Amino acid sequence: MRCGVVMFPGSNCDHDVYHVLKHVLGQETRFLWHQDRSLKGTELVVLPGGFSYGDYLRGGAMAALSPLMAKVREHAEDGGLVLGICNGFQILLEMGLLPGAMRRNRNLRFVCKDVHVRVERDDLPFTHAYRKGQVLRMPVAHAEGNYEDSGEHLDALEAAGQVVFRYVSPDGEPVAEGDGWNPNGSARGIAGITNEEGNVLGMMPHPERVSETILGGTDGLALFASAVGAAGELLEAAR
Amino acid sequence: MSTKKDGSAAMLEEPEVTPEMAEAHGLNEEEYERLRGILGRDPTYTELGVTAALWSEHCSYKSSKVYLAELPTDGTYVVEGPGENAGIVDLGFGWVAAFKMESHNHPSFIEPYQGAATGVGGILRDVFTMGARPVACLDTLHFGELDAPRMRHLVDGVVRGIGDYGNCVGVPTVGGQTGFHKSFNGNILVNAFALGLAREDRIFRAAATGAGNPILYVGSRTGRDGIHGATMASESFDEESEAKRPTVQVGDPFTEKILLEACLQAMRTGAIVAIQDMGAAGLTSSAFEMADRGKTGLRLALDTVPLRETGLGPYEIMLSESQERMLLVARRGREEEVAKIYRRWGLEVSRIGEVTSGDRALLTWHGETVGDLPVSALTDKAPKYRRPVEEPADLAARQADPEVPEPSDPLGDLARLLATPQLASKEWVWRQYDHTVRTNTVRGPGGDAAVLLLKGTPAGMALSTDVNPVYTSLDPRTGGAQAVAEAVRNLACVGAEPLGLTDCLNFGNPERPEIMWQFREAVRGMSAACRALDVPVVSGNVSFYNETGDRSVHPTPTVAVVGVVPDLDGLPASGFARAGDRVILLGEDRREMGGSAYLRLLHDIEQGKPPAVDLEAEARLAELLRTLVFKGVISTAHDLSEGGFLVALAEACFDHGLGVRVDVPLEGAALFSETQARAFVACDPEHVDGVLASAERRKVPAREIGEVGGEELVLTSAGETATARVEELHRIWSTALPLALEGALEG
Repeated sequence: MRCGVVMFPGSNCDHDVYHVLKHVLGQETRFLWHQDRSLKGTELVVLPGGFSYGDYLRGGAMAALSPLMAKVREHAEDGGLVLGICNGFQILLEMGLLPGAMRRNRNLRFVCKDVHVRVERDDLPFTHAYRKGQVLRMPVAHAEGNYEDSGEHLDALEAAGQVVFRYVSPDGEPVAEGDGWNPNGSARGIAGITNEEGNVLGMMPHPERVSETILGGTDGLALFASAVGAAGELLEAAR
Repeated sequence: MSTKKDGSAAMLEEPEVTPEMAEAHGLNEEEYERLRGILGRDPTYTELGVTAALWSEHCSYKSSKVYLAELPTDGTYVVEGPGENAGIVDLGFGWVAAFKMESHNHPSFIEPYQGAATGVGGILRDVFTMGARPVACLDTLHFGELDAPRMRHLVDGVVRGIGDYGNCVGVPTVGGQTGFHKSFNGNILVNAFALGLAREDRIFRAAATGAGNPILYVGSRTGRDGIHGATMASESFDEESEAKRPTVQVGDPFTEKILLEACLQAMRTGAIVAIQDMGAAGLTSSAFEMADRGKTGLRLALDTVPLRETGLGPYEIMLSESQERMLLVARRGREEEVAKIYRRWGLEVSRIGEVTSGDRALLTWHGETVGDLPVSALTDKAPKYRRPVEEPADLAARQADPEVPEPSDPLGDLARLLATPQLASKEWVWRQYDHTVRTNTVRGPGGDAAVLLLKGTPAGMALSTDVNPVYTSLDPRTGGAQAVAEAVRNLACVGAEPLGLTDCLNFGNPERPEIMWQFREAVRGMSAACRALDVPVVSGNVSFYNETGDRSVHPTPTVAVVGVVPDLDGLPASGFARAGDRVILLGEDRREMGGSAYLRLLHDIEQGKPPAVDLEAEARLAELLRTLVFKGVISTAHDLSEGGFLVALAEACFDHGLGVRVDVPLEGAALFSETQARAFVACDPEHVDGVLASAERRKVPAREIGEVGGEELVLTSAGETATARVEELHRIWSTALPLALEGALEG
């Protein structure tokens, strides 16, 4: 699959995602510059983590207005795949491609640690290599990952099955918002959500950081393998 | 190319230079006369400022040079030794590593957040100006007692500052050291290390060559911040230090990140001759150092330097330490190619001068000369002192053998040690640092050495930073050697061969003979250890004047050693990884309690000789460990350091929450003895004989002491058995620091 990793000034997980798609999964992958006005035939667009434009206004707020993002919006509206990780998730929220907003972490500190997330949907292009209920171990690394929306909207999000990943205890049990296993105080333990159509995914944990055994795990690799439509054999080969 | 033409500030009236003014700039009478001798006239105001900065202790190393020359700097793998912006070693596979460590102690004490943040920023720039992409940071932090005035604020600010900067630039902080001691109550230490990777044929050096080549300025505009920063770092603290807050620079990690990307891209074009960060003493040091290395002169039109605010004159412009600025020399005719890259990243590029043949640094302001200085004379003839040294009068008393209270309940004492900020888990600190970005982190913070993947090869890189200020204070020579030996031992625990070392030497006022003695002794100890363990010094930094009033910090020669792990397959953990593994203790205890954590933290005794450093024993142990790792026969390797055997044993249990049952030939206080050249390994029972035989061949004392498993730490010592639950010890160890800092726990 043709994959594109968007580089904003301040992106810093761009090389990491590129490495997984290109070198671990062997996909045709290129960087897309934020000021480009074409996706150059990209089928899977990844908005990587980092601090686009320094996040000086609000996480993702400036990046959402980049020229290339108009094309990303069209791509999403046409049903194309868009994956936003960490800062990429924040950008998707700022663009309104996903609902809700991000607040600073509950303890007002940057947090980098491994968390456990439960897979709530395994019927999406991004998750069909997982099983529903599976618990994944992935690192988070962010200062603003505390997902928030009104109670009414959260209910609707849950009802529509748009919650894809949820922070849980290592054995998969739900945890309270103030619990240590919820790293940022996110409402209802939300770690990743999709749009109604299921072609846009935003998530705070970093699947690209657990895509090789030597780095401590491969729980994230299945996500990329699913997205590029080669879950089966590629996942097997890469492992 | 933008060249600012603003005639509004053309009228310039510089104050007349007097000897009193020179003194206020930190130049003593003799130095001022030396300057006048070099110039053959009185200096201008700008020239005085420039010279005072260049000759400051911070920039000139005038007190330390004579001793630094004793350090070994050559080695098989050294590509670039001291003198450049960073040292470089050859990692193999066509890769080289550029690394350096620097202090930001003074600014961090005055303004912890910005002080620490800009410390990280500066060291990252030193690395990427060598053409290397930064891939790892380490931080060595020495704070005072938490109850000392402002100390919690300082800890919080420094950690946030380091985190916010490194996290935003996207360089993982993969390790470091955090300590607490009352000697740092009035002057904390913040030592930042960065390492970058480059292909061996793409290294950049910072020598301005080629008369007529344009000098370009890129990055942030120049403001008033940090003026006299280098001079501040060359003085002790007093009551007025608070008023120096404006001399602390302000960091902008986003600009750093784009500057980094743009510089690496621009360097690939071949259109850049030299590039250097405007760090301490800003434009002054970057311009003079580049010209000095290139044996050229230069002409700078200071009125063309982009400014952030109005009203700055040539003096301020030469001395500002505004952050995220680079000075570069481009190939004549290819300026536009370079400028285009920077503009793509949204950065300003200005031509502010050119390289000239000859030796003069000509500084102009709207066409008028404000400075005309001979480059090599100012650097070659910079003052160099062999300052008086004197052993401190109280040394013998401090080294007297202490009375050692025996522990009545060793595991109880262990729990009390684990609850001290000094020995507790530092996760509260490193969880605020992104340590996994760039997807190279195989072993992150919290173990013996950090290990990074060298993508595309079977090998890895290992890094460790070490020093024990208590040892160095009791015996600087032993302490200096110990820091090197421990770093090498930590590397050996992950199978890494050391390639090179960088240091950051933090001391008090060098004009005091006992401080200069500490310095000389510590450097000699380091030097001996570097030679014996075959670790050349490739870069470094000296920070003097770490004192408040007349109270100096403990001498703290921080070292960081970089090595290569030939094959990451079979890399052991620093903790116990598998129930059923047998534990083998390597090395022999000599019951050395002087300067131990046990005496200091539990009995408030800081006395005695620190543990001796037997360099041959260290070399044998390191070689044994590397061999065992390479063979892939051990699943755990952990060295014994501060806190001794029991603390190391408990730490090894915490990794996977695994218990251990040991029977040791150590009794009473010896369970906490800090004798060096010791470690333990754990392996499958079938490998025990092989490990013992390997140890014997290398003359390393070795003994099987027990087995991994269960949920308890079970200790048999002198025929008595005691038990502690690992979970309980872990709770104490992991919650101590957050509780001490915040009084409450959080997620």
